[in-house]
Amino acid sequence: MYLYSANFWTALIDSRGMFFEAAQMTLALTAVSILIAIVIGLMFAFMKISKIKPLEWLANIYIYVVRGTPLIVQIFVFYYGLTEVWMISGFWSVALGLAFHNGAYIAEIFRGSIQSIGKGQTEAGRSLGMSGTLTMRRIILPQAFRRALPPLGNQFIIGLKDSSLAAFIGVSEIFAVATTQGANTFDYMTWLLVSAVWYLILVFLLTLVVSAIEKKMAVSD
Amino acid sequence: MSEQMIQVNKLNKSFGDLHVLKDIDFHVEESEVVVLIGASGSGKSTMLRCLNFLEMKNSGELFIKGEQIDPKKDNLNKVRQQVGMVFQHFNLFPHMTVLGNVIEAPTQVKGISKSQAKKEGQELLEKVGLGDKANDYPSRLSGGQKQRVAIARALAMKPEIMLFDEPTSALDPELVGEVLATMKDLAKEGMTMVVVTHEMGFAREVADRVVYMHDGKIVESGAPKDLFENPQEERTQAFLSSIL
Repeated sequence: MYLYSANFWTALIDSRGMFFEAAQMTLALTAVSILIAIVIGLMFAFMKISKIKPLEWLANIYIYVVRGTPLIVQIFVFYYGLTEVWMISGFWSVALGLAFHNGAYIAEIFRGSIQSIGKGQTEAGRSLGMSGTLTMRRIILPQAFRRALPPLGNQFIIGLKDSSLAAFIGVSEIFAVATTQGANTFDYMTWLLVSAVWYLILVFLLTLVVSAIEKKMAVSD
Repeated sequence: MSEQMIQVNKLNKSFGDLHVLKDIDFHVEESEVVVLIGASGSGKSTMLRCLNFLEMKNSGELFIKGEQIDPKKDNLNKVRQQVGMVFQHFNLFPHMTVLGNVIEAPTQVKGISKSQAKKEGQELLEKVGLGDKANDYPSRLSGGQKQRVAIARALAMKPEIMLFDEPTSALDPELVGEVLATMKDLAKEGMTMVVVTHEMGFAREVADRVVYMHDGKIVESGAPKDLFENPQEERTQAFLSSIL
């Protein structure tokens, strides 16, 4: 094993078109799966804090299963399982697999942040004649979402990097392109390093977006 | 006799094994200012919170403006619109501006237009002396200013009764006066008020009636002059001598 690559810079520059396309695929996978995961996460967070016990149990089982099994297994189950009954592309089975996976972690993030908002806020809303739902939507969730942002940003980054597992079912995202290039040139190290640079760029951009949102929401401090 | 704004008969409330309110009979008349005093743990805050159903009574009857309220059948959101509440820790909405706090319930609950709510909200803020703070966030305000915003926020729903749960207990001593002054103005305008407080000066000066609670029961109640200067019950005498 060697950590030196003579071709690294030329490879990085010459392959930019190919990887730019692959990066778009990675971003699309990340964006779609995160958006769905946020919806799933919010839903299961509400189920977990619900007073209806069966809903809470269901949420617990979901979170237990997701946290207790490897992501690659989940993605393969989605790919082979889903495509048996419903002809969807590799892209969508990975996107749904990632959403299913991240949804559980995001559910816990939302649950924690919702419960961290003091009881006094709910009481203030209710004492003004607001319904429970209205209080949740107008008073609790905006504050909870703000508190959830730092851990959410973290989860987004994990989701972005985990999208590399799509390579195993033939989606041409960054890692897939890198391994194909490596196999073709018998020079894996160069291409793995190139893919690493692209991931670093994407994570950097994602971090910028999250901190911009955090800053925007910090006006009330 | 003036209209009964609040009437409570044989009210009981327990938290688990803890029997907090024991067969409370209580009433408040229109435009009356009633101050509840007593040691902590005597049940005065719980009693206040039962009046707008932040705590649910276990038994007893509760009438607001002559109508008996059944939490299972009646729309408590409607009832609460008539009963404003001010909390010890203000509980302002930190993600909204001062004016945003004030117009939130009128626009969201009553469906009043934003421009109308803003106009009325601004007037209320002027009234509590904070007209220039409308666009600030609560984090920029002092405790006394926060509490005055909280009062304006409750008033924005045009309630007929205002409940105050130790409104000055979380304030630095030099900020207590401005909040009490705002409450005094409100009392002068004829607002019906129930106030839990340790400010005996306020009770003496503003209250029509002072109610002393001990161990979940009303021990004694009367005009402030009578209760403070000539308490009939031993418990009341002991409490007053411990704080005055």
